[in-house]
Amino acid sequence: MWDGRVETRKARICSFALVLIALFAGTATIHAQAPPSPASSGPASSAPATRFVVVLDAAHGGSDAGGSLATQPGQTQAEKAYTLALSVRLRSLLGARGIAVVTTRESDTAVDNNRRAEIANHANAAACISLHATQVGSGVHIYTSSLTPADPARLTPWKTAQAAWITRSLALAGVVNSALTHAGIAVTLGRTGLPAVDSMTCPAVAIEIAPKAASDQDQTSNQAQASSLDDPQYQAQIAQALAAAVLEWRSTAWRDNDSSPGAQP
Amino acid sequence: MIPRYQTVLFFTLLIASAVMGVVLWQLLDRAHQRRLQGEDSAPLPAPAIAPPIETTFLVANDRENSLVRQTLTLPLPQSTNARAKAILGKLLDLYAAPNSTHPVPGGAASITGVFLLPVPADAASAGSSTATPGFSTANNAPGGDQLAVVNLTSAFVASHPSGLEAETLTVLSICSTLHANLAAVTQVRFLVDGQPRATLAGHADLTRNYMAADSAPSDGAHP
Repeated sequence: MWDGRVETRKARICSFALVLIALFAGTATIHAQAPPSPASSGPASSAPATRFVVVLDAAHGGSDAGGSLATQPGQTQAEKAYTLALSVRLRSLLGARGIAVVTTRESDTAVDNNRRAEIANHANAAACISLHATQVGSGVHIYTSSLTPADPARLTPWKTAQAAWITRSLALAGVVNSALTHAGIAVTLGRTGLPAVDSMTCPAVAIEIAPKAASDQDQTSNQAQASSLDDPQYQAQIAQALAAAVLEWRSTAWRDNDSSPGAQP
Repeated sequence: MIPRYQTVLFFTLLIASAVMGVVLWQLLDRAHQRRLQGEDSAPLPAPAIAPPIETTFLVANDRENSLVRQTLTLPLPQSTNARAKAILGKLLDLYAAPNSTHPVPGGAASITGVFLLPVPADAASAGSSTATPGFSTANNAPGGDQLAVVNLTSAFVASHPSGLEAETLTVLSICSTLHANLAAVTQVRFLVDGQPRATLAGHADLTRNYMAADSAPSDGAHP
């Protein structure tokens, strides 16, 4: 009788301990996925020593080739290869300027959209740039998430985590727009639903490289315009402008202002 | 010399044939009279021709990355679902035309169906977190908010140009055109061959409900 009561008490204590452990683990997991609040892990103006990290996300990869780009007459290049090459080039430019860069892929490998967002979120990045390329349109298209801006919350749905960072993302898009325009590149701004970006808890923009605008080039034929995607000068011009935008973002918008979600630049 | 019995037989058969011909003629005449009596000889009602309605399209423009308002007068069916399908079919016909500002092959055949469903009040408010900019979930329609489920064909998706801009413009032009003509439609969801699909052609998210709004983008506005 006495032994039975002791065993029952031990079993209750063990169950209570297990429930506590499970609750603690669950809270920690959810907190890791939520956008950092100003008071917790997010980079804040009160902590200027926070490392400035940029995440470069080369879209597609592996079996997901993305779009097909006409680079040379009669030749095409997969979007995944184009974005990877641009990511490598941009990483080199940023690295040379002393900026820490995290990339979502370094080779032709398939990376899930959730994994891309995980990499960006764990890097606690000051800027996330998703790189794309297309044959449609002209110039550079800058997209931010079309989610409605929301106040930062401790628990955030994974698929709409970017909602708390929309204001900062729009500010980043403005800085990128200024840098590209200053470099003489035609820019269009827009908002869209992009699965990887929608889950990122950092200022995030999607950059889509399109053929050079007709007014910007000497050759006027459609073929020449289409193949301008492969023009090394055009690529270098864009990469330099993006690097300048990141530098501008670091020197002004990010350092001088609170980089917490929802903060006004 | 013909035998007498053969002559009698010949004339007997000739008379029988004549009698049978007369009887047959009378039977045909009776059958014809019966058929005429069974039919309604009143004139048929004229087929109902749908009145032409002024229809607004938000047409995508790749060159300017914008939606341009275009108005056409079309005869549209009375049924709301059929009307929505006809409107989107015409929109995709514009994209499949040779001089399209947003070339996408497929045309009207790319829309298998459009189904309108009522949106619960709580879902309408919860969906605002994924709203497209410039759009709201305000309920101005007398019949309440409606969710339009647009079922596309896999052939259309496979042939759609890949790219953020191209896919976003297609999605937003469909949403805006639906809302411009059917004010009750405040949300749009996409299926491909009746099944959910992650993206349109590798970029634009098709897993979310797009909020299509009481205020479509202004003419030439960037989405």
